[in-house]
Amino acid sequence: MIETLISMLIFFMIIGAIIALETTDLLSAVISIGAIGSVASICYLFVGAPDIASTQLVVEVLTIIILIRATIRHDLITIDGDREFFGLTITLALIFVLFLFGIKAFNNLFDFGNPAISQLPEAPSNRYLACGFQETGANNILSAILFDYRGLDTFGQLCVLFAGIWGAFAIMRVQSRRKKTGKGDGNEDR
Amino acid sequence: MIYTLCFVLFLVGLYGVTCKKNIVKIILGFLIMEHSVNLFLILLGWKKDGITPVLGKGMSSDMLVRNAVDPLPQAMVLILIVIGLGILALMVAFAIRLYQKYGTFDITEMNKLKH
Repeated sequence: MIETLISMLIFFMIIGAIIALETTDLLSAVISIGAIGSVASICYLFVGAPDIASTQLVVEVLTIIILIRATIRHDLITIDGDREFFGLTITLALIFVLFLFGIKAFNNLFDFGNPAISQLPEAPSNRYLACGFQETGANNILSAILFDYRGLDTFGQLCVLFAGIWGAFAIMRVQSRRKKTGKGDGNEDR
Repeated sequence: MIYTLCFVLFLVGLYGVTCKKNIVKIILGFLIMEHSVNLFLILLGWKKDGITPVLGKGMSSDMLVRNAVDPLPQAMVLILIVIGLGILALMVAFAIRLYQKYGTFDITEMNKLKH
């Protein structure tokens, strides 16, 4: 039953993705991306991941704000048409070949609803579930993994996040600093 | 079946990244790929009639081992979503700078080293 529901939701996401990529209005494309993220959040709710669902919802709102910031202040010049015909055909053929390989690869995975932790008793997740509360004192096993068992991983990933945000600030800041000091090297942007 | 649908969503995103001329559409294709990968990882850990891996009132750890879904991909994806936001901010910053430099979002127009 839940499989049908998730399939329908993913199908809706595919339709939203195609609309987002094919529409000529950038603002409606951004709104379609927001719809995709919200449906993904509903999917997470149904498969027992409410933490992920709430995070996804918050991040989706921020995503829409950032993307609208990127598109709305500039003139919405509609750029329609794809690349030239030959390259487009080759790309689509390669994507189709990739699809065939992917179907082959998915035959080797565990079935949906019967994951690795229920078939391999020595999987690390089983230990986290069995001893997580006694060892860390957190009754949400997710936070026990994030902040205790794999805390160093979390630290490294947050470093990546910090580097990304810092890079964005550095890229956006160059122009205003040049304007302030009045120093130009013949390469000013306008 | 359900994994294949996720993969189709990934390929739609890949089509957007490779075949679109507008740089905002390329960013959107990247976001679609990210959504599909996150969803795939979460669906890999789902157990039939699974419960959330939270120790509620009157539950024992044995019950959690028997019934809870896999918490490890969830912990991965939780950070992955937040990192996705940082990467998106970086990409949008690049797009805005390129727009200021070239006056368009069309990547086929961005063919000069010095404008």
